[in-house]
Amino acid sequence: MFKTLIPATLIAISGTMAAAEEVHVYNWSDYIDPALLQKFEDQTGIKLVYDVFDSNEVLETKLLSGSSGYDVVVPTGSFLERQIQAGVFQKLDYSKMPNSKYLWDKIKERTAQYDPGNQYAVNYMWGTTGIGINDEKVKEVLGADAPVDSLSLVFDPKYMKKLQSCGVMMLDAPTEMIPAALRYLGEDPNSKDPKVIEKAEPVLEAIRPYVRKFNSSEYINSLANGDICVAFGWSGDILQARDRAAEAKNGVTISYHIPKEGALMWFDMMAIPADAPNPSGAEKFINFMMDPENIAAASNYVNYANGNKESQKYLDKSVIDDPAIYPPAATMDNLYTVTAYPPKVKRIVTRLWTKVKSGT
Amino acid sequence: MNLRRFILIAVPYLWLVALFLVPFLIVVKISFSSAAISMPPYTPTFSLTQGWAGIENFFSQLSVDNFVFLTQDDLYWKAYLSSLQIAAISTVLTLIVAYPMAYGMARAPDEWRPTLLMLVILPFWTSFLIRVYSWMGIISDQGLLNQFLMWLGIIAEPLHIMNTSKAVYLGIVYTYLPFMILPIYAALEKMDDSLGEAAVDLGASRLSSFWLVTVPMSRPGVIAGCFLVFIPAIGEYVIPQLLGGSNTLMIGKVLWTEFFSNADWPLASSVAVVLLLILIIPIMLFQRNQQKNEEAGR
Repeated sequence: MFKTLIPATLIAISGTMAAAEEVHVYNWSDYIDPALLQKFEDQTGIKLVYDVFDSNEVLETKLLSGSSGYDVVVPTGSFLERQIQAGVFQKLDYSKMPNSKYLWDKIKERTAQYDPGNQYAVNYMWGTTGIGINDEKVKEVLGADAPVDSLSLVFDPKYMKKLQSCGVMMLDAPTEMIPAALRYLGEDPNSKDPKVIEKAEPVLEAIRPYVRKFNSSEYINSLANGDICVAFGWSGDILQARDRAAEAKNGVTISYHIPKEGALMWFDMMAIPADAPNPSGAEKFINFMMDPENIAAASNYVNYANGNKESQKYLDKSVIDDPAIYPPAATMDNLYTVTAYPPKVKRIVTRLWTKVKSGT
Repeated sequence: MNLRRFILIAVPYLWLVALFLVPFLIVVKISFSSAAISMPPYTPTFSLTQGWAGIENFFSQLSVDNFVFLTQDDLYWKAYLSSLQIAAISTVLTLIVAYPMAYGMARAPDEWRPTLLMLVILPFWTSFLIRVYSWMGIISDQGLLNQFLMWLGIIAEPLHIMNTSKAVYLGIVYTYLPFMILPIYAALEKMDDSLGEAAVDLGASRLSSFWLVTVPMSRPGVIAGCFLVFIPAIGEYVIPQLLGGSNTLMIGKVLWTEFFSNADWPLASSVAVVLLLILIIPIMLFQRNQQKNEEAGR
């Protein structure tokens, strides 16, 4: 009796395992409309396991260790570039992803600098790094003519000294802060020359005493509940703070400004690790996200622009017409991008940042 | 040696070898490698497929460059020193808070003790992270503490505690308090009350009976508690990261930066190896000294 029963059970178990196809996606936190996850499962019958992270470094360490178990990951362009060199990803088979025809050529041109020929990744969302302010408080401290659309608001000690009283937070991301400081000085933000990079140090050190904290996620809440009045951070995050404050009706109004000197433009890219357990499921997921209606729903939800031209038909007016999300052509031309630092320069950049933050 | 005894000793040793020695040797191995843009991000990697030549080649590529680098940049020494300082101050503060609590518990009526012990252990039932986050809610500028003090009219401007080293000390003392209370309580509980009474009968004041009898009797508990707080506090990463400001320099943070930001696993490993040496050598010296004293005492 037992002899016949056991193999039958084993077959039954392996049978159900084969039927329940899974795809594991690892994306940034608060970065998708949850309804889309359900829609993907309903459409394809594939079980979607969706995990989130909040820093490129954490994602990169998982990828470099190997066997991460993820089928789709979403690193930022300059990190993607380094990971491609390390052999982390497999090339995309565009013939299996027909929705790739909707991709926006203007974005593809820019992402090609990280991934020549866009062979390994397609854009998920893109955004800028700029200034978020609490309108009333900044007006109260600096007066009506505060330079809220200029980098000098956050890099000139004259203003920062006054803003200190109502609180300033900045990203804890040297690869964002140092290019911005260089742009403020009129240097090349994408410079890989240590002599040029070192020029950012005195600028950052001069404002350091007035920065309450360098952190890449806390500023959303702090800005929304009025704990701080200025944040130098990512566009969509600041717009999220704006929406949260509006929902809470706590009398805080937040606005996002792209500095007139130019802002960093970054791209989060969907890619498939070389050792992905289910690459064909990954292709289905990426294809699903390149469907114009789906990616538009995601953009409407998270307030970030996407790299899909066709999706713009389906975007809410409040998203497509918001210059903070889809900047007008003149502002677009003024945005800059940065590529990956070589390891030796990366060390100098990290060290400079530690020195700025800790004084050592 | 009989088999039973052998097995009894082998189990904890196997445990230590599998969960401490093997991971540590892997870290030591990586600390002698060099960083590379690859998976995993260091070279050389160990493989047995090339036979003896492969192993020889592997050892020839190892170098001490990472350890030399640690001595060239004062960041690392400053971070080690600052971690030692923060850990030492927190240990003393924890002791000051914990001793009266443990003393009170040991002196409480017998039927209260299980309840009091339970109250000390109870916080462990909630995730450590959630407890640290709730401190953020209490001490932030718009937090409960500041709102309460401002409502009372004691202060006009909020106290800046959050994101300073004060918050780090608060977090460490709060988190590690049970680790200090429990061993001291265990030592005091075993103490015979009649010893103190005898001291008083022989003319000692209550205070000097406490200093001359109770404190020395609780010494083993105090030492155990201090180790249990001091050692994990040195490598603490989560508390300074969540509660501390950007200028709180600790070795845990430096290690994180090397590992994650620079993706330099070999250098991160050598920072970890040096940290372990800094911790282990003084503790071994201390224990040897203790043993000598005990033997001399006999």
